[in-house]
Amino acid sequence: MQELVNIFVKGIFIENMIFAYFLGMCSYLAVSKTVKTGVGLGAAVIFVLGITVPINYLLENYVLKEGALSWLGEDFATVDLSFLSFILFIAVIASMVQLVEMIVEKFAPALYGALGIFLPLIAVNCSILGGALFMQERQYATILEATSFGLGSGVGWFLAIVAIAAIREKIKYSHVPAPLRGLGITFIITGLMGIAFMSFMGIKL
Amino acid sequence: MAEVATVETEPLFSKKNRQLLKDPLDDQNPITVQVLGICSALAITTQVKNAVVMTISVMFVMIAGNVIVSLLRNKIPDRIRIIVQLVIVAALVILVDQVLKAFVYDVSKQLSVFVGLIITNCIIMGRLEAFALANKPWPSLLDGFGNAIGYGWVLVVVAVVREIFGSGKIFGIVIPGMDWLYSVGYMNNNMIILPPMALILVGIIIWIQRSKNTQLIESH
Repeated sequence: MQELVNIFVKGIFIENMIFAYFLGMCSYLAVSKTVKTGVGLGAAVIFVLGITVPINYLLENYVLKEGALSWLGEDFATVDLSFLSFILFIAVIASMVQLVEMIVEKFAPALYGALGIFLPLIAVNCSILGGALFMQERQYATILEATSFGLGSGVGWFLAIVAIAAIREKIKYSHVPAPLRGLGITFIITGLMGIAFMSFMGIKL
Repeated sequence: MAEVATVETEPLFSKKNRQLLKDPLDDQNPITVQVLGICSALAITTQVKNAVVMTISVMFVMIAGNVIVSLLRNKIPDRIRIIVQLVIVAALVILVDQVLKAFVYDVSKQLSVFVGLIITNCIIMGRLEAFALANKPWPSLLDGFGNAIGYGWVLVVVAVVREIFGSGKIFGIVIPGMDWLYSVGYMNNNMIILPPMALILVGIIIWIQRSKNTQLIESH
């Protein structure tokens, strides 16, 4: 149990998707003009990461990894399909996003209205595929750990986009040098926030 | 079919086609103007070598993807085009990944997940969506090439700055004749190796570019 909490907290602060790995920067920069849209996209990312990471974990451990197919019989024990992981992970993500979109539309129309256009955008958000690939690289022991990692990274991403959106709303009223307005200052602020987040790096969990 | 006739008479490097190559370098730069493909651009720029390998990989995937999608553009059903594009790009990235693992294993280890992330690199999806789906193969090829170069120059500039100031090297070779600097107390700036500095450097590149090219300035 403690291990699960540790992985969760680590995903939020120490290995923050945005500030430590720059994953999902494209949508982070494009959709962070107001806090409201930031919250919508952030929630969608938590949702999708929490679903796709465990599914990809099962895929990795029961289909792709060397020896993962041994449940099919002796002959398959040496098959190594890991070179297929990119294509399968992205297929899972794209189809899960589609499925989640349909389910949310059917059962929670209010949430669907709130997430709206952000759901389909998520298929090409690097942080989702990044989550799957980090999960593969770090080889979590159980599916619970993988889920906890997925949710933690999602919350970390949420935190980052809400924080930058709040700052960007305020910065509209400041005198930023003209060529730096908009994109430039956002980059620099993200850099400074990244430096602040690095203070978590020494923490061992 | 009038369209085909005009293309046949159009020279390979007509003004329009040259524009396709030139635009992404400055006015339509994928990183500093369109804000696409930032994810991989920042994480791997601590060394020039990695940046160059990354640029070449992206260039290959982008050109091949653009040409393939452009050839298939009338066959792909509109509703599932995103998945078709993702599959094409993913297949190309697998090729790149296997080649990197075979020939430059150490670089491929350093790039770690970022080779795989070329799949979701927004530049590639963006160009497929915005250009290759509506244009013929040759302009798509040029567009892919131009955008890859536009992406590459920012990457290489950031990487050169970070490698020179961060580890006193370029392409992994110690810059010769600089020993006296260290003996008078100069030290490598370890801070610039840290990930956040890449963001600040790109911010500065944007600043310089926009003060030269004032059309790009945003109102807010």
